[in-house]
Amino acid sequence: MTAVQDLEAAPTTGEIQTIVAARALAGKRSCFIGVGRPSTAALLARMVHNPELVLVYESGTIGAKPLRVPLSIGDGELAHTADLVVSVPEMFNYWIGPGRIEVAFLGAAQIDRHANLNSTVIGDYEHPKTRLPGAGGAPEIAIGCPEVVVTVPHGRRTLVITDLGVLERDPADGELTLTRLHPGVIVEQVREATGWELRVAPDLALTPAPTAEELTALRELVAR
Amino acid sequence: MAELVTLTEAVAGLVHDGDSVALEGFTHLIPFAAGHEILRQGRQNLELIRMTPDVLYDQMIGVGAARTLVFSYAGNPGVGSLHRIRDAVEHDWPRPVAVEEYSHAQMANRYAAGAAHLPCAVMRGDLHSDLIQRSGVDRVVCPFTGEALMAVPALNPDLAIIHAQEADRHGSVQLWGIPGVQKEAVLGAAHAMVTVERIVDQLEPRPGGTIIPGWVIDCVAVAPGGSRPSYAHDLSERDNDFYREWDRISRERELFTAWMDANVHDRAVTR
Repeated sequence: MTAVQDLEAAPTTGEIQTIVAARALAGKRSCFIGVGRPSTAALLARMVHNPELVLVYESGTIGAKPLRVPLSIGDGELAHTADLVVSVPEMFNYWIGPGRIEVAFLGAAQIDRHANLNSTVIGDYEHPKTRLPGAGGAPEIAIGCPEVVVTVPHGRRTLVITDLGVLERDPADGELTLTRLHPGVIVEQVREATGWELRVAPDLALTPAPTAEELTALRELVAR
Repeated sequence: MAELVTLTEAVAGLVHDGDSVALEGFTHLIPFAAGHEILRQGRQNLELIRMTPDVLYDQMIGVGAARTLVFSYAGNPGVGSLHRIRDAVEHDWPRPVAVEEYSHAQMANRYAAGAAHLPCAVMRGDLHSDLIQRSGVDRVVCPFTGEALMAVPALNPDLAIIHAQEADRHGSVQLWGIPGVQKEAVLGAAHAMVTVERIVDQLEPRPGGTIIPGWVIDCVAVAPGGSRPSYAHDLSERDNDFYREWDRISRERELFTAWMDANVHDRAVTR
């Protein structure tokens, strides 16, 4: 992650995913950030779209302004740069529960066609094939935050951003439907990478390609 | 007033086989030195409680010291799986471990109810989650509004162990930076033990600092660097390289066992 990358190279699918996620934070006041790629997207949003965006991490850091992408949600730089640092009970009971944080950026291991997230087990609960980390903060965050954006590798309720495209819930029955394709991706690719028979919106749109500003800012951020 | 003792004495006096023990610290101030001393003294059959088991419980469960894990997020943050915990849950190695899992908000509220000596806490939660049948939570109806709410049982461990930046000579401690649920864990437990970076003549209250008076703590032990590879705000940095390296060390049973022998069991002084 620290190697300086070629700023001339074409964007990777992962970079496009991060850039598209960052765009979803334009004009928002506050964002709750889960572990991993959500953090990169939120920092990029502060660099390119929304310098006043309030970043909230479940470790209790509210208004964190990290210069580098933190590895954990409790890195020291988050506490050092935060407007305030609160305990875990206060974070969930006073800040997340009442809906004070506008958007939640969550990752997940699996998502189904109804946008249910799985981060518990794959296989039988008592004898799991794969034991995943567990729910963490996600259940109450998904309930408390008015808007939820899920970033998963393609392979809530409002928007799922993968490295291949964007899925949104069909207003009729809530099923996740492909509404946008990232540059260079074809529908067949997304179908193959989806574990159910994927519904495609009739007015399927194309994601606008990353701008030079977005791509340069992202690569500079990741190389820090 | 808390007694000032050595780490060896603190663990010998307060940790017993079969106890329920919460070693808390949310990413920050994780009491690694105390956990390692528990392993060196060979404590067995523990019920280990932590919101985020982290590398410390990966080590303690990896050597088979626990019968039960109570938790809400068992991952290596930003890195991936905790391989030793997965091996114990998926393959019963080196011994089976029962899991009781909650969400972060549920665990935080369980600790808060424990600190208040209330039987339960009430919160809004996902009453339709699959996990509700697997954990000890239940529904209650608000007597004032009729709203359906979630009740979670209080958490009252036999012992809470935390790490803090400093203590005074009466065993009152102060920690600052990310406060996690340490105060709740100490006040909810039957006994409490604190390791600190240093002893000072007088605690100087810090902005955002948490002071826990010595009269709710059993004993305090000095353990400089006692939270490494986690960190103590203003005094040390989180060792992110080690957290990445742990992914490699912990993947294979043999490498893990050799690392634990060299770095925990054979060391009189903790890392």
